[in-house]
Amino acid sequence: MTSTSLTKPQGAGRAGDKVFSGATLAAGCLILAVLFGVALFLVIQAIPAFTAPAADIQGGKGFFAYIWPIVVGTLIAAVIALVIATPVAIGVALFISHYAPRRLASGLGYVVDLLAAIPSVVYGAWGAAFLAKEISPAYNWLANNLGWLPIFQGPASATGKTILTAGIVLAVMVLPIITSLSREIFLQTPKLHEEAALALGATRWEMIRMAVLPFGRPGIVSAVMLGLGRALGETMAVALVLSSGVLTASLIQSGNQTIAAEIALNFPEASGLKVSTLIAAGLVLFVITLGVNMIARWIITRHKEFSGAN
Amino acid sequence: MSKRIDVKDLNVYYGKFLAVEDVNINIDAKSVTAFIGPSGCGKSTFLRTLNRMHEVIPGARVEGEVLLDGDNLYGPGVDPVTVRSQIGMVFQRPNPFPTMSIRDNVLAGVKLNNQKISKGEADALVERSLRGANLWNEVKDRLAKPGSGLSGGQQQRLCIARAIAVEPQVILMDEPCSALDPISTLAIEDLINELKDEYTVVIVTHNMQQAARVSDKTAFFNIAGTGKPGKLIEYGDTHTIFSNPSVKATEDYVSGRFG
Repeated sequence: MTSTSLTKPQGAGRAGDKVFSGATLAAGCLILAVLFGVALFLVIQAIPAFTAPAADIQGGKGFFAYIWPIVVGTLIAAVIALVIATPVAIGVALFISHYAPRRLASGLGYVVDLLAAIPSVVYGAWGAAFLAKEISPAYNWLANNLGWLPIFQGPASATGKTILTAGIVLAVMVLPIITSLSREIFLQTPKLHEEAALALGATRWEMIRMAVLPFGRPGIVSAVMLGLGRALGETMAVALVLSSGVLTASLIQSGNQTIAAEIALNFPEASGLKVSTLIAAGLVLFVITLGVNMIARWIITRHKEFSGAN
Repeated sequence: MSKRIDVKDLNVYYGKFLAVEDVNINIDAKSVTAFIGPSGCGKSTFLRTLNRMHEVIPGARVEGEVLLDGDNLYGPGVDPVTVRSQIGMVFQRPNPFPTMSIRDNVLAGVKLNNQKISKGEADALVERSLRGANLWNEVKDRLAKPGSGLSGGQQQRLCIARAIAVEPQVILMDEPCSALDPISTLAIEDLINELKDEYTVVIVTHNMQQAARVSDKTAFFNIAGTGKPGKLIEYGDTHTIFSNPSVKATEDYVSGRFG
């Protein structure tokens, strides 16, 4: 009797197991299928742009000549955003997790999360109508005093609608993403490690450098990469803020363009080969984002041995 | 390189709750003192007040004096950071920094406060500290490997090496063997015996045989009931506490009749 009951497992528990594992498998496959579908769509639709004669592509010099200035513009805007947002976000996250009194911390965390809820078109409108105007005197100052640097070469844009303004708006947009993820990571630092540092005679900042930041490092990298993903792909804010043009080294003159904004601004009136060109631009953006994420993975796994996961 | 501790009329509060009441105790330099008692009697709480680690817990505060060779740890202008660099601590669960190598773990405390140390000095210090913690022979070939790759007992000895690398006056140990197997426990106990040649050691333990084996003096803490403050019931030579205690509660506890 007992042996048969051992060999014949039955009942609702097993059925639940099967349903659950099936559901998770389906969800996992769905993600892959969607990703593959998007990639396939992009490649098929983009092929005409790659094969068309150079003179037919916008600008008349072929797809590569068309795409590389806006790739560079996209990267410049994203880098500006991250350079501004990352230190601020980590500082805010540390303040919330380790410095602020508890009541202030929860309020501040809530406000930061609210920043993420603001639609990007609102950020764009704010950047174009307010920030650009307010910041143009600063650009004049930069042009006059640091104008010998190619990136601050004058004359500064009178409207302030430059790639630097777009980068600043993007920084504000990615700030809440990086902040809330970093904050969650910092809060998970094991008490044991914090106490170990304090018991050695570490000040609070030394404790953070010794225990909190090394522990949170992979999480910070992930958070920054998520922020970068948003900065690369952000469309509306850049389209509204940036007065676009040809690739320019100076960040305070109008000019430059990002892939996402280029697609958004031109897609509604495009037809035929122009659509293919824009979709090919989207494919390039997709590849850049993929590459960035793979580099982030690599950075994280490189230090796996010391990650604290073992 | 070791100092004595004298505690006068010490009360510990968590917010309004009185956790430990009116402790008076004199801990000799270069000796091992054990704190024993049932769970929740405040012995770990009291231990943490000896290097101001209780301040990590929100709302915890102290009334009374803790004198390190006559200097009050709670005097005006005393920085808890300085206190903790003089009075080291080893925790219940081994906690080497997982992101650091074995070598960097040992040097972690020394590198604080922007102290500069040459590579030669650092190497010598690492070897001296690891030898002091009876760990050198086991790890000398893998100093660059992460500390978290060691066994639990080795990790705990690494934590002790990290604590003695900063050359503290006193080493506090909060149940250092409770997460370890008997062999590792024995290694730590042997180490405690050697440490007392140079340091004042205070150890909290749940294991009465351990207290009897390693300590010179023993303090018994007890609690009257849930929600009541913990108190120091009896303090004396370990031999006396275990063979001929003067308080009935101590005798009941050490003979295993409760707790």
